Amino acid sequence: MTLILAALVVWAIGWGLNIWISHQKPGRWQSIVSAIIFGITLVIMWELIVRGSGISPVILPPPSMIINAFATSTDILAADFIQTFMKGVLTGYAMGCAAAFLTALAIDRSDFLKRGLLPIGNFVAALPIIGMAPILVMWFGFDWHSKAAVVVIMIFFPILINTVQGLDAADKMQKDLMRTYAASYWQSLFKLRLPAAAPFIFNGLKIASTLALIGAIVAEFFGSPIVGMGFRISTGAGRLELDLVWAEIVVAAVAGSAFYGIVALIERKATFWHPSQRK
Amino acid sequence: MDVSQLLFGVIVSTVLLISSLIIAAFAVLWLSGTGYLGVKVLAAAVLGVLIFSGVNAFLVKSWTWWKESKIRPLPDKKLFSFVAILYVVTVIFALWYAFAIVLNKNWAYDKATRGGYELSFSELVADTWSQKKPRLPTPDQVAGEIWKSTGTAAAKKWERTEGDPFLERISEVLGDKRNLIRHAWLTLSATMLGFVFGTGLGILLAVGIVHNRAMDNSVMPWVITSQTIPILALAPMIIVVLNAVGLSGLIPKAVISAYLSFFPVVVGMVKGLRSPDSMQLDQMRTWFASKAQIFWKLRLPASVPYLFTSLKIGVAASLVGAIVGELTISQDGGLGARMLQGNYYGATLIIWAALIVAAALAAVLVSSVGLAERVTKKRMGFVQ
Repeated sequence: MTLILAALVVWAIGWGLNIWISHQKPGRWQSIVSAIIFGITLVIMWELIVRGSGISPVILPPPSMIINAFATSTDILAADFIQTFMKGVLTGYAMGCAAAFLTALAIDRSDFLKRGLLPIGNFVAALPIIGMAPILVMWFGFDWHSKAAVVVIMIFFPILINTVQGLDAADKMQKDLMRTYAASYWQSLFKLRLPAAAPFIFNGLKIASTLALIGAIVAEFFGSPIVGMGFRISTGAGRLELDLVWAEIVVAAVAGSAFYGIVALIERKATFWHPSQRK
Repeated sequence: MDVSQLLFGVIVSTVLLISSLIIAAFAVLWLSGTGYLGVKVLAAAVLGVLIFSGVNAFLVKSWTWWKESKIRPLPDKKLFSFVAILYVVTVIFALWYAFAIVLNKNWAYDKATRGGYELSFSELVADTWSQKKPRLPTPDQVAGEIWKSTGTAAAKKWERTEGDPFLERISEVLGDKRNLIRHAWLTLSATMLGFVFGTGLGILLAVGIVHNRAMDNSVMPWVITSQTIPILALAPMIIVVLNAVGLSGLIPKAVISAYLSFFPVVVGMVKGLRSPDSMQLDQMRTWFASKAQIFWKLRLPASVPYLFTSLKIGVAASLVGAIVGELTISQDGGLGARMLQGNYYGATLIIWAALIVAAALAAVLVSSVGLAERVTKKRMGFVQ
């Protein structure tokens, strides 16, 4: 009981701090500091409430147990990370991006194909493509190849649509200017249309970075060798080793955010001229 | 719109596609025989792309000729798009059939060697398009399987329950475990329950974030970060944990659906509720509007277009959540459970049927949100 009271006190302190911060002079630090305070408050409350209210640690392990599991099974987590992220996600991501980008360039040359493919691409992007996972596992086997294949089909259409839309982004005046310079197709592609398409392409790449990790992990639910993040999560949940599952989810969350962050960072460097990147 | 133009496009694309399909099929067979499957698939894909681009170039040329010939009036844009979509769909189906030959041919050859007979080309094609457990079933096989597991299954159950009271018969037909409609219904109900809860909570949180600076500072960064992490990975654990506390069936799936649709709605609604510019807010202030009045008369109506955009993403995500939930625990059925079943028994037809029904469900859900969007926007005066 005292622990639950302590949790409420922690909540009150955290919230009070955040309200105090929100009344300070606005600045960039404000949001970061209050987000961190909010996160820490939640974690402490989780720990205290689980310990205080007698929830079985098998069902909801307190953060300390998760950290413990993280520390004692780093080798398992590292092996899973390499299997799922390094092999499955990154290979699939590279292949899917390349395929979608080249297809977009090919489609872009024909107005006819663009008209035919864009509505279909938009339609496919809304479908539960993840359901293809069992079929691809049957085709490409249990190892990381099938996960890479799932990643490829999941990210193909978002990148395709964004790239095709981006290649249309240069305005008529700019295209006319290129024509007055007697620029060839490739010259105007590399000097005008691809740079103009970059914000769109990066948007697709960012969406794809999240989808890729989801695709690889869910595909592992359907069958995998005895290593991999999705495998660990599904079997760990079945065996009620939830501390290990949570540790794996933390790894997935950090990997996903880092992947997204890296793509966003490259975007900032590559499209520094775009209004959305100005400070 | 001129019917003859439409016919022209359709006929040209069909004729070209059928001929290119035949060429492709021959070429694939020539490439096959022995060797590593991946190489052959790659070769077939390259070939398919080549034929595809050749046909396309021809079609585009003839279309341009048609468009520019002075004899006919210019075709209107809608017709052009329609023919283009039709063309792409035909290409996809043609490739599907071609790939069915490539992927299923090993099994056909296996059977032929064991039976001790030679396969002619037409026999091979006939076999690859009608196997019981094909690696890649053809579209007509999938359609047949869907019909078998919906219409035929219902008719059979109806006959078997002969003599029961009428209403009982109907409920038995609807509750038939072999019927795909029941599985689709289970998935749909979990999706809708989760979607409604996720959207409701998302809107509430967004309202809180917009009106409370402390909440905005502390919660919003986490909501945005949550978009970059694979939250779907939580699904198996949520199911197991909820099962352990005694919740099973619809609720765990709906919980996963709810939290998948929750985050897009929060992000979209926060953007939408903040979309009125300072001019509009100043106007409200000059009218001495209270905070509640600003919310109901300005912020909420202004957020509607944003809400619908996130609802479309959210409803698709909800469906994915429900299906993945069913993949983890499959006692009571659902489309995901059907996929898992097919996966265990190697029955590809079952997986494909469930997949196509899931796709149709997604299309219906997203387009009904789209319809609601159009109607609402029209009534609110966003579009004329």
